[in-house]
Amino acid sequence: MSFLNYLVSGLSLGSVYAIIALGYTMVYGIAKMLNFAHGDVIMVGAYICFFAFTRYGLNPFISVILAMLVCTCLGIVIEKLAYKPLRQAPSLAVLITAIGVSYLLQNLALLFWSSNPKVFNPIIPNKSINLGGLTVSYITLLTILVCVAIMIVLTTFINKTKLGKAMRAVSEDKGAAQLMGIDVNTTISVTFAIGSGLAAIAGVLLCSAYPNLTPTTGSMPGIKAFTAAVFGGIGSIPGAFLGGLLLGIIENLAKAYISTQISDAIVFGVLIIVLLVKPAGLLGKPTREKV
Amino acid sequence: MNMKKVFAILLAMMMVFSLAACSGGSNEPAAEPAEEGGEAAEGAVQIHIGATGPLTGGAAIYGQAVKNGAEIAVDEINEMGGIQFIFQMEDDTHDPEKAENAYNALVDWGMDMMMGTVTSAPAEVTAADAYADRYFFLTPSASSTNVIDGKDNIFQMCFTDPNQGSGSATYIAENNMAEKIAIIWKNDDSYSTGIRNTFVEKAGELGLNIVTEETFTEATKTDFSVQIAKCQEAGADLVFLPMYYEPASLILNQANAAGYAPTWFGVDGMDGILTMEGFDTSLAEGVVVLTPYSADDDSELNQNFVAKYQEKFGEIPNQFAADGYDCIYAMYQAATAAGIDPSTMDHEAICDAMVAQFTSMTFNGLTGADMTWGADGTVSKMPNAVVIENGAYVGM
Repeated sequence: MSFLNYLVSGLSLGSVYAIIALGYTMVYGIAKMLNFAHGDVIMVGAYICFFAFTRYGLNPFISVILAMLVCTCLGIVIEKLAYKPLRQAPSLAVLITAIGVSYLLQNLALLFWSSNPKVFNPIIPNKSINLGGLTVSYITLLTILVCVAIMIVLTTFINKTKLGKAMRAVSEDKGAAQLMGIDVNTTISVTFAIGSGLAAIAGVLLCSAYPNLTPTTGSMPGIKAFTAAVFGGIGSIPGAFLGGLLLGIIENLAKAYISTQISDAIVFGVLIIVLLVKPAGLLGKPTREKV
Repeated sequence: MNMKKVFAILLAMMMVFSLAACSGGSNEPAAEPAEEGGEAAEGAVQIHIGATGPLTGGAAIYGQAVKNGAEIAVDEINEMGGIQFIFQMEDDTHDPEKAENAYNALVDWGMDMMMGTVTSAPAEVTAADAYADRYFFLTPSASSTNVIDGKDNIFQMCFTDPNQGSGSATYIAENNMAEKIAIIWKNDDSYSTGIRNTFVEKAGELGLNIVTEETFTEATKTDFSVQIAKCQEAGADLVFLPMYYEPASLILNQANAAGYAPTWFGVDGMDGILTMEGFDTSLAEGVVVLTPYSADDDSELNQNFVAKYQEKFGEIPNQFAADGYDCIYAMYQAATAAGIDPSTMDHEAICDAMVAQFTSMTFNGLTGADMTWGADGTVSKMPNAVVIENGAYVGM
């Protein structure tokens, strides 16, 4: 029975990674850039929700919507100011800029909100249900449900809508997409807006499950989620979901059955093995080098 | 071309901003105490006391408390009219590299002696510097033995980690607090590791039954569900938490969600959990903390301190505040006895005179009566356990 408990807590951790990984992978899949600032947008989202909900006692639903709005705007602004001017630059320049934006956000948060840890009140009651010896907290259930819902909505959006089609076109070939009359800049901006909105949700869920909030809250989960995205095949939305869940489960089972001291070594060891066998990740499509 | 220019300007702006963000945080708090120096009486002996500690950052509660406690002591001493203390505290954000810079800033400022560094990891750096440069160094709360090992001029006001670990084990054994003990510790942190090692050693001697040991690191300090589940499965009725309050607050929260309620036993790093913003103090109900100080001690010295602290900072002082207060008074006592005068002595001479005093004097303070120091820099005093009841520390 305890195995199931470990599995559930792994699922809980994994679904948080998965939501963050969805944001990473979507931006990478469409804009072909690694947005390392994603983890910090998550932190901003969590702070906005913290202030709205815990400090000013707004309705939790409204707080989350507010956090999403702020993060969406923030994502668009970051994209316009930092990434758009680099559309034609080598990808390394964009990567370094993303790291810069990440530090900028962290330091601004330090300046505005100080680094004293804040305790985030969960947006739903911190209770759990008992299913024959198996305890599952509401937060875990909510996180998994939200994660699945986001994955389904995103996949449908990208495959069925006109904007989704434009995104896929931009992802395949920016130049050709532009020639076909697709507004590449708007499409990429929308991608960032969606990614950042998701980051806000991820931030709220992350801090509801693990309620300490500091300006560096987003950075470590961000890196783990990036690992999850690579694990599942970066650019693939179901891959990010699968990668996130697996990463969380492996981490927790390694802690439970092998040793808490070397759980990280095991997680990253598994990542290396997977990448050796399947360089594109679990669900990633092997890509030909485009020139 | 144009785009590139815009981008270059943007990047430059970002750098300026982030630099401003860094320095803004560390300069601000340091600026205030410097002003106090201006009031010193003409002709009186003036001693510049430097300190570093986390005034911002995850461990800020410790640094702030030490600073507050020390400032109360400095104000009291300066009012008495004899030796005048000028106190300056730099922010090190509990980061060894920043502590190095903070130390250098203090040397440039003209420090005569140092009231240490508040937390262990940065203190290992500043203590090594102070040893090499011959500045007298008394730390309020950096409890790692690495801080004092092999350095004749480095002293501690707090217990060393070995003392905290073995003290905790002894206390648990003497009071029959537990049948089965679990430990959760942070294995990439010298403070946590040091206490855990001596706890385990002493527990072995005393025949305590440690059923499981779980660890976490800086990278895995969010999810404790597995560690908690393993403690619960092992049937531990007491969990020893040799760590700082931030991860401890998460452990208490997650254990509560899992319906696990053993006796929690913390050491001095746990102090501060009650003043964390937004923390539900009912989660900490019944937590036992081994500390040499409790604010409800009814001695006149302590009541006076608590009243002043509450008036000035609106909080009940914790152990770190008391450590800071004691440090200043211990330095005052030694400086008075040794006749320290920086206008005729350089910092090396001051250091030697202070070391001679510290190894021979007896000091009565908030954190213990009849304290003495060994030549190795460790303090000897009696630890007490306090328990958290209704959101406050109560002596046991």
